[in-house]
Amino acid sequence: MTDLDTNTTESVAVGSRVNPPENRFTDWFSHVLADLGKNGIFIALILVVVVFQILTDGVLLRPQNVSNLIVQNGYILILAIGMVMVIVAGHIDLSVGSVAAFVGAISGVFAVNWGMPTWIAIVLSLAVGALVGAWQGFWIAYVGIPAFIVTLAGMLIFRGLALVVLGSSNIGSFPEFYRALGNGYLTNVLGEFAVDPLTMGVAIIAVVAMIVGQVRSRRGRAAYGQAVEPLTWFAAKIVLITAAVLVFAYAIAIFKGIPVTLIILAVLVLVYGIVMNRTVFGRHIYAIGGNLHAAELSGIKTRNVTFWLFVNMGVLAALAGLVFTARLNLAGPKAGDGFELEAISAAFIGGAAVTGGVGTIGGAIIGGLIIGVLNNGMSIMGIGVEWQQAVKGLVLLLAVAFDVFNKRRSGGR
Amino acid sequence: MANNILEMRNITKTFPGVKALQDVTLDVARGEVHAICGENGAGKSTLMKVLSGVYGYGTYEGDIVFENETMQFRDIRDSEAKGIVIIHQELALSPFLSIAENIFLNNEIKGFGGLIDWTKTNVEASKLLARVGLRENPTTKVRDLGVGKQQLVEIAKALSKRVKLLILDEPTAALNDEDSAHLLDLILSLKGQGITSIIISHKLNEIKKISDTVTVIRDGKAIETIAKDDVTEERIIKDMVGRDLEHRYPDHTPHIGDELLRVENWTAYHPQDPSRIMVDNVNLNVRAGEIVGIAGLMGAGRTEFAMSLFGRSYGSKISGTVFKNGKEIKTRTVSEAIANGLAYATEDRKFYGLNLIEDIKRNISMASLKKLEKAGLVNDNEEYKVADGFRKSMNIKAPSVLAKVGKLSGGNQQKVVLSKWIYSDPDVLILDEPTRGIDVGAKYEIYTIINRLAAEGKGIIVISSELPELIGICDRIYAISEGRITGELPIAEATPETLIKYMTMEKAR
Repeated sequence: MTDLDTNTTESVAVGSRVNPPENRFTDWFSHVLADLGKNGIFIALILVVVVFQILTDGVLLRPQNVSNLIVQNGYILILAIGMVMVIVAGHIDLSVGSVAAFVGAISGVFAVNWGMPTWIAIVLSLAVGALVGAWQGFWIAYVGIPAFIVTLAGMLIFRGLALVVLGSSNIGSFPEFYRALGNGYLTNVLGEFAVDPLTMGVAIIAVVAMIVGQVRSRRGRAAYGQAVEPLTWFAAKIVLITAAVLVFAYAIAIFKGIPVTLIILAVLVLVYGIVMNRTVFGRHIYAIGGNLHAAELSGIKTRNVTFWLFVNMGVLAALAGLVFTARLNLAGPKAGDGFELEAISAAFIGGAAVTGGVGTIGGAIIGGLIIGVLNNGMSIMGIGVEWQQAVKGLVLLLAVAFDVFNKRRSGGR
Repeated sequence: MANNILEMRNITKTFPGVKALQDVTLDVARGEVHAICGENGAGKSTLMKVLSGVYGYGTYEGDIVFENETMQFRDIRDSEAKGIVIIHQELALSPFLSIAENIFLNNEIKGFGGLIDWTKTNVEASKLLARVGLRENPTTKVRDLGVGKQQLVEIAKALSKRVKLLILDEPTAALNDEDSAHLLDLILSLKGQGITSIIISHKLNEIKKISDTVTVIRDGKAIETIAKDDVTEERIIKDMVGRDLEHRYPDHTPHIGDELLRVENWTAYHPQDPSRIMVDNVNLNVRAGEIVGIAGLMGAGRTEFAMSLFGRSYGSKISGTVFKNGKEIKTRTVSEAIANGLAYATEDRKFYGLNLIEDIKRNISMASLKKLEKAGLVNDNEEYKVADGFRKSMNIKAPSVLAKVGKLSGGNQQKVVLSKWIYSDPDVLILDEPTRGIDVGAKYEIYTIINRLAAEGKGIIVISSELPELIGICDRIYAISEGRITGELPIAEATPETLIKYMTMEKAR
């Protein structure tokens, strides 16, 4: 704890609106800097994209490749969402890759071997994921065994069970509706155009919703007398985001339209973003990760929260398993190999703290995208898997080191 | 001048947006005990961090002259090499290592072939332990020592580094009276051996007892330096708060109503050792508007009682009944206890009370998020408003409620803890050491808040080891010893002497 004299900081508190006019520029600038600092990871993503756009002679941002980036990384991003929640609570889950493989195999039995209707197979598979999560959550939350151990065991158990389910063969091929989870696109739903109107329409609706939401939140804060950022910077940010979304949407619209994986991801990001920020459950996760004892003594049912976190992780791991299996159109024994490491890396690159209490869904998604762009960019350049691994490891280390350095500089500790 | 071991000249230290120290000059004479007083946040710890090199040369303005030589410490190792050792409030010992290993940590005694010479290590450690008056085997693990003895190990460690200037940051804050007395004697005996000490403390009677000179710091400035003979508590307090404190405790006219809470036959056993009784058949009650004290030494069962009552947060084999307004209630989980109108503000706010990496707002709402929930979502604007209301009404000194709690001073942190529990709207508040480690001014504010809550008709239980505090604010005091209530005194009959008698009463064996 720093022994600052908090008396004198009173004047700093009041924020932008009361500052004298001559300070307006520096004030504006300080808001920009603060946002850049907070969104350092976002800048990093842009840098990585720019670098690979140059190194791949423009292949990276070709419409087809942009679409591929989402579809190829969808399952990692789904896992990263659950993983960052687990990490914020101060735990870890090493088993997600094995669980994804196990559920993928089971879904193969349901949908292919037993010929169940696809949607029943999907729902049952997700339920199996929930059961797996409940099993691990039970040991972690109620028995008190560290998550590292329980999920390390889970990694072996469910990899083993996946092999048991598969026997010595792969399962495939899957019905078309199932395959759409990983390979489907909403192509030409509104008719055939050069630029898919559905994609652009959805993008415009999303942008409008975002703007309305931002403006309302800003008005709300102002109405409650809280400091808000200068209007010009607020507007500039919205313009930047809008432009990025529309360019991205255009790339997708001139290829095959909206990938189904992207729809799944968008829904998950929206829902879990709200869960983490605006619901009691989400707040409790942060409270537990920040100080478990204080959370307990504040009446938070820490065990229940932990249990449900792992159930949730199980369901998301199952979903990732389904998307991956659908994409390959094959449930195989090697499925999900190393997924846990990519998901954990995504969460940490995205700013989650090893000690818990810190991390966001958005950060984890951007972390996942950075890994995705690295994978994709290096593959386009023809760099071998061995070097890809080494580079990804280095990026993880540098990202976290940068984060630590940044916090130390701002006196955070 | 030549007789000064240390001169800090015109020290100014700025943090982004804050001047933590402003032109502070401090002269410490060789061989004296120099006390530094000031409210939390006044800049005492910052000054000591500048001195010990935690804030290295170049991050502050001004000069540090130690033994007539200008120093440019880059880090704490530089200052230790010159014989300046700081012992922080939070002890920095490794619990699983032995006393001797801790003393010689990073300063190991090496013998043949660069290997550690354990015989010599333990012999040397024994000598140092004798010097600090600690009768323990040097191979005992630090984990098995009480806080008081750990403090002595820290001092032994400082002695092993051939310390010339020993800085103690609130050394007795966590100690009981007996351990405190021993520590103060030790500081005086070290003085006899020629070691200069700087002691930061809130306890004015202690300062009066041992120090030769007192410097008071307020708002980052050195207010005055007082020689031993001129030191009075009134003068120090006046310097610290910048005004006269006529009374150390605010006036309190009790408006006591009906019985609010009654606990009968409350018993709890040690969590790991279910044969050890920690809370032994405790009976007590609190009436509306009443401030009830529980006086007990550390380990007497006061915190154990409170925590076992509050959602069985401590202990095993808990039994007993609780009545509120005459009706039996259950407090089996913390949330059940809160729902039944209880609140417990812990004695250890950093470990049990606060999420230090979160902001003020989220800490205040932590126990009552359900109140802010609308259609399944937490209304964060409302949360901001609520927290900002507490910031103003509780006088929490922070730039805004978005400030991280870890950056606040102890007194302000305590106000955040209290805000959290007041917002949960309890009928009975149990406050465990509510003023531990906070300064005189903030203490007065906390007492005022306690009075206000009582005036609103809440029942308050204050647990404290500071007897003047209990006598100053309570309407009635229970004494607890070895887990049993050994006495119950109306305030008119409570004196420190009678309370001590009950607090040290042992079981008939």
